[in-house]
Amino acid sequence: MATSVSSSSSLWQKHSILERNSILLLLGILIVIAIGGLVEVVPLFYLKSTIETADGMRPYTPLELAGRNIYVSEGCYLCHSQMIRALRDEVERYGHYSLAAESEYDHPFQWGSKRNGPDLARVGGKYSDDWHRDHLNNPRAVVAGSIMPAYPWLFTTDLDYTHIAEDMKVQALLGVPYNDEMIANAIADLRTQATADAPDADALARRYPKSQARDFAGTPNRVTQADALIAYLQMLGTLVDFKLYDDKANIR
Amino acid sequence: MDDRTKKQDAPETQVGTTGHEWDGIRELNTPLPRWWLWLFYATIVWAVGYWIVYPSWPLLSSYSNGVLNWHSRAVVATDLAALQTARGPMMAKLAQASLQDIETTPELLDFARALGRRAFADNCAPCHGSGGGGAKGYPNLTDDDWLWGGTLAEISQTITHGARSGDDQGHQGSMPAFGRDGMLKRDDIVSVADYVRSLSGLSTTEGADLARGAKIFADNCAPCHGPQGKGSRSVGAPNLTDQIWLYGPDTKTIIDGVWNGHGGVMPAWGGKLDPVTIKALAVYVHTFGGGE
Repeated sequence: MATSVSSSSSLWQKHSILERNSILLLLGILIVIAIGGLVEVVPLFYLKSTIETADGMRPYTPLELAGRNIYVSEGCYLCHSQMIRALRDEVERYGHYSLAAESEYDHPFQWGSKRNGPDLARVGGKYSDDWHRDHLNNPRAVVAGSIMPAYPWLFTTDLDYTHIAEDMKVQALLGVPYNDEMIANAIADLRTQATADAPDADALARRYPKSQARDFAGTPNRVTQADALIAYLQMLGTLVDFKLYDDKANIR
Repeated sequence: MDDRTKKQDAPETQVGTTGHEWDGIRELNTPLPRWWLWLFYATIVWAVGYWIVYPSWPLLSSYSNGVLNWHSRAVVATDLAALQTARGPMMAKLAQASLQDIETTPELLDFARALGRRAFADNCAPCHGSGGGGAKGYPNLTDDDWLWGGTLAEISQTITHGARSGDDQGHQGSMPAFGRDGMLKRDDIVSVADYVRSLSGLSTTEGADLARGAKIFADNCAPCHGPQGKGSRSVGAPNLTDQIWLYGPDTKTIIDGVWNGHGGVMPAWGGKLDPVTIKALAVYVHTFGGGE
């Protein structure tokens, strides 16, 4: 078989061994791809400069986590990114570029790859709850040329949060620092945050600094999917205080 | 030994075959086009150059830095600084000048309006509309009806600290939920809604008891909206006599507002936008036509 092509024994001719043995070719492909993958992935776990922390980051509250689940299940990430790139025009429009640390508790992250709509990495606090209600109910009511679909059912569908504590346990397995107290109080914290005048809002704020508690969706006495989603949207990008963040110390 | 193992020329193409033959079909051993092959080699050489110039290979405790010492975050910092330098002289003038001076100096006014237009489109238009025309629940900024005041200083204050935004210096006060919180009964609210419509000359429900509505208005609404319903800017209570409606003039909307209350939130932009941009926005909004 090896004699068939040529009697020349140059390096290129040796290639025919790979081309004529599918198992060898498969192994060769696997080795080459594995090298590429390992070189890109492994250093992220040990290089100090790729492991970033930022003051202010905390795990999502149970309500925000539930809202994030709605964000994922409704496919928001298909049209909205959460990644302000380190480019002048993006920083001018959306604010400080996203830090890796800002998605450290995202499993999976919601960077997205497509912007049919604007980036949402720092949408928290930019618009009022009223606006989010109007906009989710019917985007055209507030933004005339919007191509976003309407999501009216979010306001009429009660949030199913019976398994939120289990969800947090899974997140903890993946490395999110939810402690036993947070998991034990998951449902209470979720109800507290979605209510306008909650009795134990202090406990929530102690467990989750900078958390906002109110009736996000304007649906009193109910916790709807919209409450969770708006709570999530209103906290995006609000945790790290960029007045205190040292850009120069983190040049890379 | 059969034909499979023999290299043969295919007479039609002048190209050799690989020696494979199956069922009379032979496989030509056509080489890759030279131009493609050399391009491929060139990309490999290019990659090596890239490794030398830019940060690329991970090492044990760091990564190869590249001879250009290029860092994406340093580049964006430089780009932003260059932008500030390009805008520099005008931005400095804008920072120095008072809001009034900006409006009376054509050069500054043009610059402020250009800067304001862009910032408005990015940040304000989703609620107030791209031309500032507003929407239901979001005030029209082009008319001369102002909830919190329409002077340059007042507009600047509202942009910086917002309304019901959680900012201590922001505007406070909201329309109570008279019905939901049990302060007024259902028929009281129906009466007062008719009276409110009558304030701006709109038709009222047949047989409406306007005197009763007026009494309820005086007892409950006048403290904020004023005895004549002209509103009060200190608490952001709208003028009810000018036929300009934030939520709408129909009876159902008015009843809904009195029953559930209102309290639209204007976010505080002081922490999000720099002071010069807020100045430019104040001037931009003030020059929509309704500025005082």
